[in-house]
Order: sequence, then C-alpha cells, then structure tokens
Amino acid sequence: MPIALLHFALALVLSPMLLSLTHRTKAFFAGRQGAPWLQPYFELGRLLRKGAVFSTTTSWVFQVAPALGLAAAMAALTLLPFAGHRAIIAFPGDLLLFSGLLALWRFAAILAALDTGSSLEGMGASREAALSALGEPALILALGAIARQTGQLSLSGMLPALTVQTWNQAWPVLALLLVTLALVYLAENGRVPFDDPTTHLELTMIHEVMILDSSGPDLAFIEYAAALKLWILGALMAAILAPVSPLPEAPALLLALAGMAGVAIATGVTESVMARSRLNRLPKVLGTASILVAVALLLIQR
Amino acid sequence: MTWIFAAMAVWSLLGLAPLAARSARRAGDFGIAVTLLGAALAAVPVVLTLAGRPPAAFSHPWAVPYGSLAFALDGLSAFFMVPLLLLTSLGAIFGWKYWQHEDGPIGPTWLFYNLLIASMVAVLCARNGVLFLVAWETMALVSFFLVTSHAGDVEVRKAGWIYLIATHLGSVFLLPMFVTLGQAGTSLDFDHLAAPGTLAPATAAIVFVLAVLGFGSKAGFLPMHVWLPEAHPAAPSPVSAVMSGVMIKLGIYGILRVLLLLGAPAAWWGWLLVGIGLASGVFGVLMALAQHDLKRLLAYSSVENIGIIAMGIGVGIIGLASGQTLVAILGFAGALWHVVNHALFKGLLFLGAGAIQHATGTRQLDRLGGLLKTMPRTGVAVLVGSAAISGLPPLNGFASEFAIFLGALVGATTPSRSGLAGLLVVAAGLALIGGLATACFAKAFGVVFLGVPRSDAVEGAHDPGAAMLWPLGILAGTCALLGLGAPLLLPALLPAISLLTGLPAAMASAQLHFLWRSLIAVEATILILAILFFALYAVRSRWLAARPVSRAVTWDCGFGGATARMQYSSAAFAMPLISAFSAVVASHGEVTGLSALFPREGSWSGHSGDIFKAALSRGFGALQRILRRFRRLQNGNLQVYVLYIALTMLVLLVWKLGI
Repeated sequence: MPIALLHFALALVLSPMLLSLTHRTKAFFAGRQGAPWLQPYFELGRLLRKGAVFSTTTSWVFQVAPALGLAAAMAALTLLPFAGHRAIIAFPGDLLLFSGLLALWRFAAILAALDTGSSLEGMGASREAALSALGEPALILALGAIARQTGQLSLSGMLPALTVQTWNQAWPVLALLLVTLALVYLAENGRVPFDDPTTHLELTMIHEVMILDSSGPDLAFIEYAAALKLWILGALMAAILAPVSPLPEAPALLLALAGMAGVAIATGVTESVMARSRLNRLPKVLGTASILVAVALLLIQR
Repeated sequence: MTWIFAAMAVWSLLGLAPLAARSARRAGDFGIAVTLLGAALAAVPVVLTLAGRPPAAFSHPWAVPYGSLAFALDGLSAFFMVPLLLLTSLGAIFGWKYWQHEDGPIGPTWLFYNLLIASMVAVLCARNGVLFLVAWETMALVSFFLVTSHAGDVEVRKAGWIYLIATHLGSVFLLPMFVTLGQAGTSLDFDHLAAPGTLAPATAAIVFVLAVLGFGSKAGFLPMHVWLPEAHPAAPSPVSAVMSGVMIKLGIYGILRVLLLLGAPAAWWGWLLVGIGLASGVFGVLMALAQHDLKRLLAYSSVENIGIIAMGIGVGIIGLASGQTLVAILGFAGALWHVVNHALFKGLLFLGAGAIQHATGTRQLDRLGGLLKTMPRTGVAVLVGSAAISGLPPLNGFASEFAIFLGALVGATTPSRSGLAGLLVVAAGLALIGGLATACFAKAFGVVFLGVPRSDAVEGAHDPGAAMLWPLGILAGTCALLGLGAPLLLPALLPAISLLTGLPAAMASAQLHFLWRSLIAVEATILILAILFFALYAVRSRWLAARPVSRAVTWDCGFGGATARMQYSSAAFAMPLISAFSAVVASHGEVTGLSALFPREGSWSGHSGDIFKAALSRGFGALQRILRRFRRLQNGNLQVYVLYIALTMLVLLVWKLGI
C-alpha cells in the first residue's frame, strides 16, 4: 500500500512533466529552444491564483463540472497499477470502473461545454462525444484481450503479469494491442492526428474549444485533469512497452518512468512528423483500433 | 395468494369507480386511491417472498379446458413485481395532477390504467398456459386503449394500430409455444407441462425460438422493436413510463419463465440472445441519438436497454450451458438488476419528459433549451436519470452493467474454455453502447436544460407542482440509492437467481459473494471520488469567494450578434456519430432556399428513418397484395357469414363423426 500511495503521488506530481517532454520534443524537431521544463507547472500556478469570469448563460453545472472531472481522473488513478505494483484499489472487473470514471469525466466536460450555449463549444462537445464513444470499446477490448492473455481479472493483476516472456511468446498480440492503445491514447488526449492542441482556429479544435469559457482555478482543474489523463492512458502503454515484472522495486520504478517518458517523446515525434487528419476520417481510425484488437484476440485463440 | 387476489380485485372492480365520478378531479382521486390501495396489498407477499418465504401457490379447477386456474408467486415473479408496483404507484401519483389538465373524460383512462396493473400482475402470477395468454392479451388490449387516449389525433391512432398489430403478431408465436410444451405434458398447467429437461433438443429449441419471437416482440428485440418508437410518444407520459419501464419487461419475464420450464439450455440459445442483445443495443442507442423528439428518443433507448438485458440473459445461459456457474450467476444477476434499474431511470425520464411537455407544450428538442434555470428541480432529477441510463458510476445503471460485464470477463478468461473468449464481445458491446448512450443523453440533457432557450415555448416554464415533482424526486433518489447501496441489494436477487441457475440458495449466495466483494470495492472508489470532488469544489469555491469573479457573455469570437438559434442543435450534436454509422441509420437532411450567390433565407430539415420499419412495411405491403384476393370472402353481408358458420359446423360434424 505505501508503494501504491507513492506511485499515486508520483503521478500527481509528474504528470504535467509529460506535457513538457512532448513540447520539448516538438521544439527539438522544429529547431526551437522550447519553453522551460517547468512551464506547465507555472501555468497551472498562474491559473490557480486568478479570479474567474463566468458566462451569463451558464448554470451551476458549469461550476461543478471541472472539480468533478478532476476528481474522476484522480479516482481513476487509484485503480491504475504502476511499475509492476498493484494499485491502491484493485478488484475483479475494475477495468470497467476505470473506463466508467473516464466516461464520467467526459460527461461532465460535455455538459459544461453545452452549458455555455456557444455553437463553438457545442461543436467541440459533439466531436468529443463521437470520438470517445468509439474509443471506449477499443480500450475495453484491448484491456479484455490482456485479461484473456494473462488470465487476470483486474488491472493490477493483468498489467504486472506482462513480462519479457510474454513478448517472446506473443509479440504480435502485444504489438497490436500497443497500436490500439496508442490510437486510444492519442484520441482521448486530443493529440495529432485526432486533434491539434496548438491550433488557433476554433472551428478545427476539439478539446481546446470545449473550454473556451473556462477561467481561473476551474481552467487549472481542467488542464491538470488533462495532464493526469495523459499519465493514466500512457501508463497502460508503458506497462506493455516496458514490462518490469521480475525486476526489484527501484529499477522497476526507473524502467516504468522511462517507459512513460518514451510514450511522451513518441507523442512529440508523432506530432512533429504528422499532420492532423480530417475530422470525418477519425471514426474510421478508431474503428480500425477495435478491429486490431479483434485480430489480436484471434491470435490469442490460436 | 390472498393478498394478490385482493389487490387484483381492487384494481379491476374498484377500478370502475373513476367512471362514476362527476368531475375530472374526483375521477383522479378515485383512480389514485385504487392504484395505491392495490399496490399496498400486493406488496405484502412480494416482500415476504423476496425475504425467503417459500413460494405461494393457488390452484382451482375451472371450466376452461387444459388445466386449472393456477396462480403462484415465486422468487422470479416477486422480483418483477417490485418495479411493477413501485413504478405504477409513482406513475399514478404523477398522473393524478397530470391528467387533471386533460380535456375529455379521464375516468376511462384511470380504469384502463388500473386494469393494466391488474393484468400485468396476472401475467406474472399465472401458472397455466390459457390463463397466461388471457392475461397477456388483456394487458395488450388495455394498453392499446391507453396508447390511444388522445384518439382524436391521427398520428396517435396510427401509432395505436401499429402497436396492436405488433403485439398480436407476438401472440401468434406464443400459442404454438404453449401447445408444443403442453403436448409433451399432461395439461397446460405450468406444473404439468413437459418436465424441465425432458423435451427432445429439437423440440426444446423450437419452443425457445418461439418464445424469443413472441416475447421478444413485446420486449422490443430487433427487428420487432418498431412499435416502441410509435406507441411510447403517443401515450400520455405516465403510461409511457409504465409501458416502457414495466410492461416491456414482461417480455423478458416470459423468456426467463420459459427457460425455467425448459430446463438445461443449449449454449447457442445464449449466443442467440447475446447477438440479438448486441444488435438491439447498438441500433437502439444509435436511433435514439438521431431523434429530435424527446419521447421517441426515450423509446429507442428502451430498445437499447432491452438489448443490455438480453445480453445479460445470454451470458447467464452460456454460463449454465458450459457449467460455469459463476458466469451464469453474474449474467442473470446483471440482467435482473438491469430490469429494475431501467424501470427506475426510464420511468424517471418519461415522467420528466411529461413535466417538460406540460410546462412548454413541446417535446421537440430543438425548440427547448435553458430549462435548468426555469425548472431547476425537474432538471436535477432528469440529470440523475440521464447519468444513470448512460451507465455512469456511481449510479445504478453502472452497477447492473458491471455485473454483466464481470460475468463476460470471468467467462472470457476461463483458461480451459476457449470458446467463451467470444464473451469479450459482450464487454466491448457494453462499452460501445455505454459510450453512445453517454453521447445521446449528454445531448438530450444539454439541449433541453442547458444553454439558452431556442424558442418562445420555453417562456414562462416552471417546475410542476409537488404531486408531479415527488415521483421524479423519489425515482432519482432510488437511482442514486441503488447505485451507492448496490452491495446491500444483492440478497433481493437471490430467490430469482437460485431458481434460474437451479442452485440451492446457499450455493448461489456463496457465488454472489464474488460480485458483492467487487461492488464493495467499487463503492470504496466512489467514496474516494466523492471526497476528492467535495474537497476540490470547496477549495475552489473558497478561493473564488475571495477573488474578483465577474460575468460576461459567452465567447463568440467577437461577433457580437450571436443568437439562441446559433447554439448547437440536437441534430448537429449527433451528426458525427450518425454519419459514422450511416450504414444502419438512414439519415438525410434537406436544405432549401440557399440558391443564389447571396441567399437570404434558408431552411434545413432532417429526418432519420428506421431501416427495419421500412423493410417491414415493404413486407406487409407484399402480404397485403396476396391477401387482397381473399377480400371477396369478407363482403360484409350478414347472411353470408351465417352460411359460413353453418358450413364450418357441417364440415366439423362430418370430420368428427366420420359420417
């Protein structure tokens, strides 16, 4: 338990760092120097110290949603095993609660966006709803495939059960699952090719356009929850990418953190070498993610 | 059984009282008194049975052939009685005020409402094939009259006919089903039908398929769901709530009852139900997403939830057939539980839709908006219902879907049984349905309650009076309670589960403990979620209280001329998903008036057709062309009809007596 709590605290502290790592990677590719490493923390601190401006259209839903979203992201974090160690809470079937908490976060975000009565924010909410509805089955199916592969019923059982041995035995399965999870990760976190976090045109945004009217501490909560989500979904990939199972505590933790850094850098590389895709192609990409898992499942069956 | 008979007598005999009432107000007083009195009487044996009392039974010879007048109340019947009694009572309380504003006599409406309750209870307690079918048909006819309460409206009449035809088509399959079962036994009493497990596999399969067709058409399985989106919007809101929340569940009850009569199931029955459930679930929620009419949206979402229940039963059957009792218990538990949960949140949402229609006079999503400010209490109740039906933690919809999901996951990870890995389809299906339902109900709640009013229909809207608000509040509270108190409620499932799985109660209870432990852990996580939320919200509110907080217009890119009509509409919100699934949702929009280089006015109208309804109406058209030839026999001439009767009797005499 103390180690699980330590991992929880590490996630809370380090998750904005992932953003920084991605930014720095992109800066490297663009030949820029990039923002300071602690820039995401500075921005969160700046927002937390501010007052707020609320739209006259909004109701209590708009005020409640950011805190609920952040609480849901943190609760999902309590279910997430890290560095081969079980999570704070683990039980058979916890993957559904995990995805349910992410859905609750999204439900709150969509309602807050619709609460402003803005056509732009409605647009973002609609796109977010569409992408996540298609991403959810891919995520559950991928985790279910890992459950089938390892014979474990909880996240804390199945992710640490992946070892180098598993890569030897079933590397095509793991590779397919990794691709699927990567697609879900990029879509859920609003990264290229699904969404461009640095775009400047409201019409083309997804995540950024949903929060146009948020300000002050609420905006800080939203941004921080987004950073946590990067950590949460990244950790699923890191667990496959860098299986730590037989290692002792300290090297395992280092390897896991290296895995997380790898995911963040890979995100930066993807964003540097790819353009964002057309919006109406995205559902097909996510559909492909589900099909890839189906293929992986057939391979497990073999 | 005395309590149940007393309740049925109250509903059907005292139910006539509203007819004699002088005023609408008095009729309502009589009607609600009858409903509540009957429900109080019937609740006694239900509670006792669920607490573990041995099932009550009653049997008496009667003049009708093939068996006796047999009633019983076992764990399965008692379990279905719970949502029935709760929702009909709350519906009556809501209707008490709701129907006072109707023009035209409301005495008959109350009579049919109470008769509907009596007939549904009779369906649940009947233990004889003939009796069951009589109760089943009474239920169908009485609900037909309720659907056509506003028979002056041509759309309502059309909906009524579609419902009547659909329900009778279902009954066509039930009659041969009971006959097949009865032929192998000694009479049509359920106790004397073919003993469970003794039927030849082929015969059992025929009976099961007939049950799925017959009961499935009532429940709303694809493609027999077409009557739901017609009948539910046409009916008054309390009736839609009862029909969608309870009546269609009797189709589920029928399938479970037949499973009990048949004994050990084959695995493919389960896979069939999983397939039907998956198709109904995904199609139902997609069509719901495409709707612009609030009650049609809710009706399609019933198809979706029936699909989830069917998947749960399917998982249960697969578990039984493969000897995995834990899988079976989890599947059946989730299905039964979702029956109750869907009754609660769908009842809540239909009554909420009634309150909205009452306040604004419209059910069109794109004419509403911003109602949370004018109808705050209705808004909170509907928000709870929307989150619950989307399967979001911590509400009750999540708990029942969790049980089904866990059953599928346990089955899929069983090492020796590789065929069960297919159960992951259920897991992914639940996730897809959940994601789409979240989108659908975020849209419905967002467009109706958030933002600013889209038309002047919303002007002057206000929360309804206490009699209409309390049922909403109670249902919303129960949704939250059944989500947070989920582990405590498992014992109520035990009698029904031990019947369905054929396990002794003690063994079933030990297996249910597995679900109980997971649910406790779910609640622990929810507790963490709640603590975090309240802490974060308190901190943020405290900070903001000490800082400058101002109000401004919503960001409009500096345009300055934004109007309420520029808000995202329900059609626009659903567009990305609908176009991604254009293969199954026939949606088309039409733009008019935008022709010249600088068009002034334009309009857009969108419509989403049901591909199954189109296919069925083509089929019926072909059938009608064939049957038209026989129209000559129906010439409306009484003498000729008498001749037909005489000829028939002559033929029968010749045949029977062998003259």
